[in-house]
Amino acid sequence: MPQKNISILSIVLIAVLMFVFFAGTMYAADQKEIVIKITAKKFEYSPDSIKIKKGIPVILELTSLDTTHGFNCPKLGVRTNIEPGKVNRVRILAQKAGVYAFFCDVFCGSGHEEMTGKIIVED
Amino acid sequence: MDINRRGFIKLAGLGSAVFVLGTEFSSQAAEKEFYFVQLSDTHWGFNDAKYNPDSTGTLKKAIAAVNNFEIQPDFVVITGDITHTNDDPKERRKWLGEARDIINGLKVKDVKILPGEHDAALDNGEAYKEYFGKTYYTFDHKGVHFIAIDNVSDPTSSIGESQLQWLSDDLGKLKKDSRIVVFTHRPLFDLYPEWDWWTRDGAKAVDLLKPYNNVTVFYGHIHQENHHNTGLIAHHSAKSLIYQLPAPGSLPKRERIPWDPAKPYEGLGFRSVEAKTKNAEYFIKEFQIKKG
Repeated sequence: MPQKNISILSIVLIAVLMFVFFAGTMYAADQKEIVIKITAKKFEYSPDSIKIKKGIPVILELTSLDTTHGFNCPKLGVRTNIEPGKVNRVRILAQKAGVYAFFCDVFCGSGHEEMTGKIIVED
Repeated sequence: MDINRRGFIKLAGLGSAVFVLGTEFSSQAAEKEFYFVQLSDTHWGFNDAKYNPDSTGTLKKAIAAVNNFEIQPDFVVITGDITHTNDDPKERRKWLGEARDIINGLKVKDVKILPGEHDAALDNGEAYKEYFGKTYYTFDHKGVHFIAIDNVSDPTSSIGESQLQWLSDDLGKLKKDSRIVVFTHRPLFDLYPEWDWWTRDGAKAVDLLKPYNNVTVFYGHIHQENHHNTGLIAHHSAKSLIYQLPAPGSLPKRERIPWDPAKPYEGLGFRSVEAKTKNAEYFIKEFQIKKG
């Protein structure tokens, strides 16, 4: 019967959708991302050294206290402008332990070249 | 050509090393040849004796050395960071003016100048332009098409879409085998992004240049020689005239190398580039600044 087939199909579809929804929720709960706040101002980050765990996603919330700065960590493949007056977020997920340098890549003045920091990724 | 060649060898004898690109030497009289001098990263205004106790004299010594060449170059190019960063716009202009006055002491009056980020990134090149004019431009000289690219006036170390379009339009007028020399401040390739030794959209410029068979890039920024190829494009960075920086990635941080009293002016210098247009060869000669 075509009607019976449609009903079975609908039930299967609803079950699949529910599974996807709840599985996603459970995954998000298990993998809750850590948030680390970093402030930038001429010519430093605070903190300028952060420790994270390998394989655990981290959200960096970057704010500027003066002008536009940059945050660039090439080896982790993340960069963003840090605009004053807003929270700038980037997500990092390091798959390998080590020390990863980051730096300001928006030229901001006489101490720009010293505006650096590091992310220490531990096992 | 022989007379010029001998003359060049004579002036090259004043330096300390020869780096030769290409192996073919043509003796055809019809070949056009000339030479230019590249100065870079003079950082006028920098004042820290730990790194250079002769910060006000080094650029002047380089200019005196060039003026003493028996055969004067066709032109001199200065590939950026003419001045050190100054957060005060008024003082920035003062330094730019002082640097311009010193550069005017060159016997050669054809001087091509490009900005570095220390000159231009704090005000998008506004003050720089008041003293030195356009930040990107082209010119032709004895069969070579020269392109000066500005990858510093944008504080994000980008060339920018409008300048890339300008570059594309300019290249579109050339033949694939045209002799092309690019002057710029930052490396157009990712030399060492961790130390800001890159151009954010440099790959776009390299892609535009890639179809051309004879492209050579001369740049500054990293305060040392570096020779690198991206495909057929050769990239050569120049020494500074103020302080040395370490080799890419050789230290945990990019820090200036302190002055060594036992080896004054070590690593500080400039270069001459002899262009042989027939084979698009460039013979680079490095000169170190000497005491006295």
